[in-house]
Amino acid sequence: MAVALGAAAHRVGVVMTTAIARAGRAFGRFWLDFLVGDTPELFVVTLVVVAISFGLASVPRAVAVVVVPLLAFGAVVWSAARGRVRQP
Amino acid sequence: MTTSEWVLMAAVFGASTVEMVEALTIVLAAGTSRGWRSALEGAATAVGVLGVLVAAVGVPLVRYVPIDALRVVVGALLLSLGMSWLRKAWLRASGHKALHDEDAIYAETVADLAVDGPRVRTRDPVGFAVAFKGVFLEGTEVVLIVISLGASQGRLALASLAALAALVMVVVVGAIVARQLSKVPENLIKLVVGIMLTSFGLFWVGEGAGIHWPGSDLFLLALVGSLAVLTSVVVPWLSRSAPLRTASVSS
Repeated sequence: MAVALGAAAHRVGVVMTTAIARAGRAFGRFWLDFLVGDTPELFVVTLVVVAISFGLASVPRAVAVVVVPLLAFGAVVWSAARGRVRQP
Repeated sequence: MTTSEWVLMAAVFGASTVEMVEALTIVLAAGTSRGWRSALEGAATAVGVLGVLVAAVGVPLVRYVPIDALRVVVGALLLSLGMSWLRKAWLRASGHKALHDEDAIYAETVADLAVDGPRVRTRDPVGFAVAFKGVFLEGTEVVLIVISLGASQGRLALASLAALAALVMVVVVGAIVARQLSKVPENLIKLVVGIMLTSFGLFWVGEGAGIHWPGSDLFLLALVGSLAVLTSVVVPWLSRSAPLRTASVSS
């Protein structure tokens, strides 16, 4: 009786662990796809924009106001240019 | 209402419209091929779960997370998403990437579901699951945008209302045009929303990091305008080397 109960509990544990692992993988895949997707360069640029914004917060305002948007705009243009389909 | 609240509403409304059109395509396909009862139940259940998510995640964010930290994280999220949408919209408008074809997706989903068995009149788990999954997956992106934009400005209710308005509009238009979802100018909406999300992202990252934008909220309009001008230059430039049909921005 005790052995049977132990085996059943083990099976339930395995099923639960598998389900949690599957859900965790799906959650991770969702965020990876959402944040990085097929443009990892834009994700990296986002991190660079955040870092530069903190770095420029203490310098004269005109510098940050020009540099931060230009960096992001330039990155999208560069990424789109990279994504062009080349004609044969 | 302030400038940033108007832009917030427009951004949430546009983003929600794009995602909901995609979700509606799947619900229509599930309803047509597997029966309306299960498809509508699946869609309604997903909308309910998403509503709970907004309340469960959004409200604590607004109340307990310091506003500057929230703005940097949310700004980075919006910036990443916005640049990605903008890039995709530019490539589609210039003919480097095929336009999102709702008619093709509809036909493909109907064909897939038909393989799984005939249409049923009672509750159908397949129809329910397909509609639930479609609405939930597309809706999750809407939820993230609603929470991000709403929480960073402390206007979660306003952002939720804009998403709700988009839901009502898409359902009403969807009921009228039924399967002609390809008529929705999805790429144009995606382009406009991409511009808005990128602008919001830059604005909030800067604000959170301590940059004081000139004109405060009005600087958002300057960012939106700059990106619109950039788009009008970049799309024709990209079109010059396009191998696909050169599509106009509005197609």
